[in-house]
Amino acid sequence: MTGNRTVFTGKRTGSKRKHLEERFFKGLMLLSCLAVAGGLGAILLTVVVKGLPGLSWELLTQTPKGGFYLGKEGGILNAIAGSLYLALGATALAALIALPIALYLEVYAPGSRRAAVIRLSLDVMWGIPSIVYGAFGFTVMMLVGLRASLLGGILTLTLLELPIMARAMDEVIKMIPMELKESSFALGTTRFEAAVKIMARQALPGIVTGMLLAFGRGIGDAASVLFTAGFTDRMPTSLFRPVASLPLAVFFQLGMPYKEVQERAYASALVLTVIVLGVSLGSRLLARRLARNVVQ
Amino acid sequence: MEQVTTQTAAGRPGRSALVRRHRKENVSAWLFGMLSLFPLVLTVVMGLVLAVRARPITEGSTVWELLTGRTWLPLEGQFGYFPFIAGTLWVTTLAMLIAVPPAIFTTIYLAEYANARVREVTKPLVDLLAAIPSVVYGVWGVIVIVPLVGDRLAPWLSSWLGFIPLFDSDNPTGYSVLSGSLVLALMVVPVIIAISYEVIVTVPRGLREAALALGTTRWQAITHAVLPKALPGIAAAVVLAFSRAFGETMAVLMVVGNVARAPSSIFDPAYPLPALIANNYGEMMSIPLYDSALMGAALILLVVVLIFNVISVLALRSAVRRAAA
Repeated sequence: MTGNRTVFTGKRTGSKRKHLEERFFKGLMLLSCLAVAGGLGAILLTVVVKGLPGLSWELLTQTPKGGFYLGKEGGILNAIAGSLYLALGATALAALIALPIALYLEVYAPGSRRAAVIRLSLDVMWGIPSIVYGAFGFTVMMLVGLRASLLGGILTLTLLELPIMARAMDEVIKMIPMELKESSFALGTTRFEAAVKIMARQALPGIVTGMLLAFGRGIGDAASVLFTAGFTDRMPTSLFRPVASLPLAVFFQLGMPYKEVQERAYASALVLTVIVLGVSLGSRLLARRLARNVVQ
Repeated sequence: MEQVTTQTAAGRPGRSALVRRHRKENVSAWLFGMLSLFPLVLTVVMGLVLAVRARPITEGSTVWELLTGRTWLPLEGQFGYFPFIAGTLWVTTLAMLIAVPPAIFTTIYLAEYANARVREVTKPLVDLLAAIPSVVYGVWGVIVIVPLVGDRLAPWLSSWLGFIPLFDSDNPTGYSVLSGSLVLALMVVPVIIAISYEVIVTVPRGLREAALALGTTRWQAITHAVLPKALPGIAAAVVLAFSRAFGETMAVLMVVGNVARAPSSIFDPAYPLPALIANNYGEMMSIPLYDSALMGAALILLVVVLIFNVISVLALRSAVRRAAA
């Protein structure tokens, strides 16, 4: 009896404490959520508030004129165009490698040891810092005698985008019901036909999303193009000439001690953010629209 | 075979079409297989190329001397990596200390407490914020964090806690370890949330229900039933975020001060390895051995990140498998 009683009282004090504990940690969690959301909101707010005053039609449609970095006239069209060329080129190239890899993993070698090793290597490659890709790209370019150029930038960005894209595609192809693949085999298709005509088509929304995801990562990266693409005030015209990019335009302008130039740096950061977030949102909407053609 | 010949007889695509299909199949299997080896081969080649290019600096001194050397005077051929390694470790470690607790509490809230509506808004938002380019984080750091640290946090903390060397400050600007860490912390929060969320939701529903049925509160169910299962995965997420932070270049470079001396306080400037490479590539061809020294820095980054990544990716996989079981 006494034993029972102790348990009972113990339970009561325990109950009080456990509810206090529950409330304490719930408060802590809400506080954390607020801190995270607040910090991330602060970034967007700062970029918008600081960037809007410097934003003008001129900034978006002109290339830098003489004395641009001292606060004189001009815009960042060279960097906007350069970034689009770089990221588009890299995304196209990366897709040419990423899609076959993703199809290989699910159609040709599903569940194999080899697939596990390939996935591991992609995951590891994903984590390699972009500055290392930049240094590696630069070294290889010197070996083959290629100067800082659009081509060099595209090739280096391709390495950066490849693992992101391949893993994103792999994840969506993995989601396709096994029956779809099996029924196409049962109808006598080869693996190639199943991969290209069935799986790739079924996974199209995810494939597009993966490409856009990688595009967003590529267009925002500065460290990899720093050595490999260089920088120029001219519009990109040739694969073998240096090319400007938005992240570097932000970086270089911010480093200047003139207020007008720094204001344009903020505006350039806003342009970059809008492009990246636009692509990210667009990919979600597009994925939803494309998903209508998918066999459920 | 019989059918094939009858088809040909009937004038339909026959044997040659079949041969063509099979040839396509074989070529594609070979080509796709080769392409899928590309990531592995590339990673190895990258390590080898950087190692070959970094080799010349190991001729004057041993690797150990280079890693622990404190003087960095390229013109005199002295390349001690220690200040940069120390700078990287200070910034990254402090960033993780700042980022991990709120990120994990946020994840637990999103996975265990938040209703579907909150979750549907927050999850894409976190993914969206992970997409913001690092240079934008850097701009924010320069505008907001550097003045905050320089004008408020540093004077205030060092006047109260200055007797502890960790908080001592003789740096009048806000370009410091703490600024770099704060920016970096915010950058890795979405990474930690995204990965550890996936781990927590794989823990079977029944475990929570069993705990709750025994009369536990939700928090007790989380700490006693969910977290023990999810912990290895969360740890892997943290390690993965650490290695992401370790190699981050632009955002950190813009706010950390870039002074080649090992920091001794969170208000000291630092000079992380990625910043070293990014800042000096312009001069590296004009000074002998300088290029190998910078490629050596890239190699150090690569090796450290590879080790951390392989461990955490493998740990994460087995953690997810075990959490779901």
